[in-house]
Parts: sequence; structure tokens; C-alpha cells
Amino acid sequence: MDIDTFRSETRAWLEVNCPAEMRTPMGEDDICWGGRKFVFRSPAQKQWLEAMAAKGWTVPAWPKSYGGGGLSGDEQKILAEEMQRINARPPLQSFGIWMLGPALLQFGSEEQKRHYLPLIARGEIRWCQGYSEPGAGSDLAGLQTKGVDRGDHFEVTGQKIWTSYADKADWIFCLVRTEPEEKKHTGISFLLFDMESAGVSTKPIKLISGASPFCETFFDGVKVPKDQIVGARGQGWTIAKYLLTHEREMIGAADSALFAKSDLAADALAAIGLDDTGRLDDPMLRAEMGQFLVDELCFDAHLDMTGAYMRAGHELGARSAELKYLGTELNKRRQSLRVAAGGSDDLVWEGAANDAGQAAKDWLRSKANTIEGGTSEVMLSILSKAVLKLPG
Amino acid sequence: MELLSEDQQLIADSAAGFLRDGHGIAAFRALREVGDDANSAILADLAEMGWMGIVIPEALGGVGLGYRAAGLIAEELGRNLTVSPFVSSAILAGTALASAGGDLAQNWAPKIATGDAVVALAMDEAAKHRPERIATAVTGAPGALKLNGRKTYVVDGGVADRLIVTAKRGDDLCLVMCDPLAVGVTRAPQVMLDHCNTAAVIFEDVEIAGADILAQGAAADQILAKTLAAGRAIAAAEQLGVAKAAAEQTYDYLRTRKQFGVLIGQFQALQHRAADLYCELAQVSSLIAAALNALDEDSAEVETLTRAAKAKMARVGRQATEEGVQMHGGIGMTDEMDLGLLMKRDRALTEFLGDAGYHTEWILRQRGI
Ligand SMILES: Cc1cc2nc3c(=O)[nH]c(=O)nc-3n(C[C@H](O)[C@H](O)[C@H](O)COP(=O)(O)OP(=O)(O)OC[C@H]3O[C@@H](n4cnc5c(N)ncnc54)[C@H](O)[C@@H]3O)c2cc1C
Repeated sequence: MDIDTFRSETRAWLEVNCPAEMRTPMGEDDICWGGRKFVFRSPAQKQWLEAMAAKGWTVPAWPKSYGGGGLSGDEQKILAEEMQRINARPPLQSFGIWMLGPALLQFGSEEQKRHYLPLIARGEIRWCQGYSEPGAGSDLAGLQTKGVDRGDHFEVTGQKIWTSYADKADWIFCLVRTEPEEKKHTGISFLLFDMESAGVSTKPIKLISGASPFCETFFDGVKVPKDQIVGARGQGWTIAKYLLTHEREMIGAADSALFAKSDLAADALAAIGLDDTGRLDDPMLRAEMGQFLVDELCFDAHLDMTGAYMRAGHELGARSAELKYLGTELNKRRQSLRVAAGGSDDLVWEGAANDAGQAAKDWLRSKANTIEGGTSEVMLSILSKAVLKLPG
Repeated sequence: MELLSEDQQLIADSAAGFLRDGHGIAAFRALREVGDDANSAILADLAEMGWMGIVIPEALGGVGLGYRAAGLIAEELGRNLTVSPFVSSAILAGTALASAGGDLAQNWAPKIATGDAVVALAMDEAAKHRPERIATAVTGAPGALKLNGRKTYVVDGGVADRLIVTAKRGDDLCLVMCDPLAVGVTRAPQVMLDHCNTAAVIFEDVEIAGADILAQGAAADQILAKTLAAGRAIAAAEQLGVAKAAAEQTYDYLRTRKQFGVLIGQFQALQHRAADLYCELAQVSSLIAAALNALDEDSAEVETLTRAAKAKMARVGRQATEEGVQMHGGIGMTDEMDLGLLMKRDRALTEFLGDAGYHTEWILRQRGI
């Protein structure tokens, strides 16, 4: 199909199928995560997910045979533009789409792809990520959760921490040490299992923002059938790293669910007002904001260029660390400027006033951006070695 | 990470090859040695390759390949510290004439493209770039027009065959084409820290014919805006080349210099600073490319993106050259190393056509604060 036809057909289809309620700005509570336990906020949210999933457009780049849209780079761009044009909300957001899917596409067996990917595309199974442990954060490969070979299954015992949405997820993709004789990086396997399996339990942890999106996760003799390993035994680290590059792309791209974007200049104007020369009546804040606005234009241009590069079929690889570092450091500045502009109004924490302290909560939440998915320091170390080839 | 068309890739490759062989930093040192700050000898070659007519349409004797392509050339010029009238004549004057059209364009644009003439823009009147503050004036009745005023930091003004002078005529902006050898024009050459040609120019009762007026009023405002936008994006691209050269030399040094029995590139404090610089260079490259694309597409974002590119590049250029010197230690301070030369060009390019503060202020105003 030629590209103009694709655009006009897409536009017409969206016009008919995207409900009006799904064309309004969304808050964090409006995200559709899917999964067995998910409760739709409205019939429109469900209808929108089902319509998009039927087209394969929850994951437009994935092959059709796995529940995707099979769209070319140009078509993906057009779909995104047409959705943006009508402010259509993303029908589905999930760790399955951002992280596990790309890893399965690369390393999964044909059977695994046919089984797991459509469940992700339709939003039927929600995934969480079992990487970090109390003793293994930045030094992830030091993880100790054990998977003992019991013939037809691994018996998994150990503890994960900071597992986002572990209490809401249906399944986990989990790094487990299955080869105790092997070296640190070659003894790890990448396992998939149901969070309802016997021996799995979770305990929510409260964040400084007041929310508790993540958990401690415990495994006590969990039986994981052997066909639920992705790749070969001991290949887990390679798969884990590949998945991380996709996680970092996602975190770096500021339009994800993680970053609350607001119009800083408008907020500051409303809160502070102008002086007699027509400038924001807070010269120091204004100067800092000016630098931020330039940096934001810069990063947006970089995301655009990077997007085009990826749609042309290139993988970012280690350069995902560059997006992650730049995007998250920028977002921390954005949120700090936002609360600085809001002043004491943005100290309000509860109640109806000032959106129940949303700006303060976003500001606190943003502090995690430069930690989750690998810290800024770790990103810089990766770049200095993998890209700049500085000595180890 | 930017995607280039085949034509653009070809230009980038040929620019890199041509400049590296014979017009690199060694050549710059040789010019500095003999006090040649114009490098007029390179002009014929640049014209031959089509570079001097890169943004001039074919109808005016150029090749009309556009700003993105021009930016690729500018980046290589920066990387090699090549001295040439590319930005002043090919880009600033080329853009002004191409957007003005008319007899002056018919006459001068082809000469710029062939390298038979160098045309420079005389605009700044004070130490900081404020193109909107103009005291230079055209006065008198038609037939007896006079130009009076003083301009500073006229890049390539010392060697130009014509100057495009910004002046006021009443309340109107007026762009005047002026022969620097005309009676009443005094050019004071200046030796600059980056050894590139500039002049301070004084105009005293210089006689102007009606036909010397390139544009006036709203038309002049538009032409100047487009010219400055183009100049800023291209200057940023040149500065990007300078910064990348500084960064690459620095990364190399981190891979080879030893202290405490190890390569200094093993020190995490330096690794992280190098990686941060790398990230900044990557994102500013994208912004500059976006600004150049906007110029080619004549999009509504031209003004915002070109100014943002110039502002951001000023900060990243400073980071690249300062970090470069610091991470080299003592040897970074020596004239024998290229870093100092890069730092000086970087400083000049920051001032040229407006620094970070100037353009950031515009963006703040545009956002209503
Ligand atoms: C909101 C949030 C959600 C998360 N979600 C998940 C999830 O779903 N699943 C999951 O598995 N994990 C998750 N994480 C965990 C996250 O990946 C880890 O927190 C992160 O990798 C850092 O590990 P750590 O917390 O142990 O810190 P540490 O590794 O102990 O780091 C402490 C400090 O030391 C620095 N440091 C460590 N090593 C080095 C080094 N070599 N050089 C220089 N500096 C160093 C770090 O940069 C940091 O500043 C989440 C974290 C957050 C905050």
C-alpha cells in the first residue's frame, strides 16, 4: 500500500474506532496496563484496547504472526503521528511491550514467540521484571537467586527487590543462577513463570512519593518447568543485557508513562507573573528555565533523530544508555523547576487543592528515573567502555 | 545517528577527504605563521566543488543543495580549523541575495558561487551581537543617499569585495550593498584570537545609489531574519566540528597517557566526564541537524530551532574544549597541541551571531516569560 493511502485509511479508522474519552489528556491512573487483574476505568478504555489489539497496533512493529501490526518504519511513524493528531491515548503500556517482547523476538523459540507475544499484544498477561536483589543492584550479575535442576523443572529460591508492580503482575521474567559452577556472568538463566505459582510471595514497599509501585519478591522452592527458559542455560546475562537496552530506550524516551510533562513556562507564568519588562518575575529561576528549555528542544530533536534511525532498522545497543542518561537527567530538572515555580502551593500534599500535590509527587517520583533501569553512573560507565572504548 | 541521503553522505565524505588532505590544522598553523587570516587561495577549490554556491539556487549560478548539506561541510571546516569565507560569503551573503532576488542578486550571487567575489555581512555595532540595535543610517533624498555609521566584527570584512550593510532609513531596516573601496569607507583590519579575518568598518558620508539597496522595510526584516537563522545554524555546525575534534583528541589521550602506572582513561572520574561530553555532543548534533532541516523545509520552527542550536552549541563547545584542556593536563596548555587552537575558534564562534544568553533570552520571550 502506498504511504498516502495508508495515512488516509489510518486516519479514517482511528476516527471511527478511537472513543472520544480516549482522546483526552491522561494521568497515571488512566494508564491501561492490561493483565488478569486489571480493572478497566471505563468501557471506552476496554473498547479502545480491543480495537487496537485486533489490528495489532498495540505493538505496531511486531510481526503479524505474533499479534503485531507488521508495519514498516514509515507506517509506524504515520500511525504515531495520526494518533498524536487526535491526542489518542496509548491503548496499552506494559513491561511486556517495552522489555520482554523485544527480548523474546530476539532470543525466544518459535513456540515461545507464538505463545507469549500475542498475550502481551492483547494485554492479557501483565509482566514484571525480576532482576535486582538486595545484594545485586548496579552489580546485577552478582545475583544469588538459585534455580536448582530437578529434572523436568528448576526449583527457584531467593529474593528479588524493587520489583515494580510485582503485586499486580501475572508473570515474571526473572534472572536466576542455574549454573553455580560457572563464572558470575555465565551462570545465569532467563526464566519465565507465573506469579501465582506456589512459593511466590510479594511485599509492597512505599516510595517517597507515597505510592508503592514496587515490592520485595520472595521465591521459596518455586517450580519452573524447563520449557519456560528463554535461550540456553547460562545465556541469561546476554538476554538480560539486550532487554536492558530496550528498557533504557523506553525510560529515555520522555513520552513514556514515567514522565509527567507539563508546560513549565505556562505554570511559572501563572504562579509568579511578569515584571515590568515582561519577564518572569524571578530572574534566577527564569535563567535556569531558559537553559532547561533549550536542553529540552535539544533532547526532543535527538529523540526524533533516534526514532528515525531505529525505524530505519538500526538497533541502538549500548547507545540506549545515552538516551537513558540524557532523558532522565533532563526530567529531574524539569520536575525540580516545576515545583520551584509552584512554590508553597506545591507543598500541598493531600486534598482537592492543587491536584493533591501532583507536582510534588511527580518531582519525587522523578528522582528514581536516574536509578531505575541502571543508574546514571552505570550509564556513563557503559558508554565510556562500549562506545568510547576507554580502558577498563 | 542522523540519517543522511545519498547526496548528503557524498558531500560529507568528500568534504572530510578534501579538507583533511592539505587543509587541516597543520595548514592552519602555516597560515597563522605568515599572518594570512583569509586563506584566499582555497576559494577556487571550494567554488569548483560547488560549496560556495551550496545554498544559492541554480538560477543564480549555485547548486542549491541546501542547508543540511552546507552544515555537513561546515562541520568538516570546523573539525579542520579550515580558514575560508564559507560562512560569510556562501551562507550569509548567499542566503541574503537568494532571498532578496533582483538585480543585485543576479549580479553578485553567481560571483559568490564561482568564487570571483567574496561578500560579507556588516551588522554588529557593539561588542555583543544585537542585530536589532542599529545606529548606522542611510539618509538623504533619492539620488543623494549617504551612508554613515560604524560596524565591528565584520567577518571576512577585510577581504570582501562587497559588504551587505544593515542600516536604518527612517524607521525602516535597510540592507545596503556597499563597495568597501568606495570613498568614505575605512576598514581597520584586526588580528583576532582565532586568526580569522574580520574588520571594523567606518562609513562616512558614503554615496549610495538607489540600486545599491538590496531591500528595505518588511522585506529587509524578512531577509535578515532568514540570513541570520541560516548563519546561526551553519556556525553551530562549524562549532560542532571544532568540539568534536577537541573531544576526539581527548578520548585518544585518555587511551594512551599513563599515570600511577595505569592509563588515565581507567580513572572513573575522567571516564564519566568523557561520557557526559559524548552524550552532549550526540544530542546537539541532532538539534543542529533538525535546525538545518527546518531551514531546508522552510518550516515554522526555523527561528526556534536555529537559535536553540546556537545556544546549546555554545555550551557544549565550551564543555568540549575546556574539558579537553583539563584532561590533557599541562600539555593541553601548550601551543604545540591543537586543543588551544580549537578553544580559540570555539570562543569566536560562540560570539559570532549571538551567544547562548542572547538566544536563550529569545526563547524565553517566545514562551511568554
Ligand atoms: C522506581 C524504581 C523501580 C525499579 N523497578 C525495578 C524492577 O521492576 N525490577 C528490577 O529488577 N529492579 C528494579 N529497580 C531496581 C534498579 O534497577 C536498581 O535500584 C538499580 O539498578 C541500582 O541498584 P541499587 O539500588 O542496588 O543501588 P547500588 O548499585 O547500590 O548503587 C548505589 C550508588 O552507587 C553507585 N554505584 C554503584 N556501582 C557503581 C560503579 N561501579 N561505579 C560508580 N558508581 C557506582 C550507583 O550509581 C548509586 O549512585 C527499580 C528501582 C527503582 C528506583
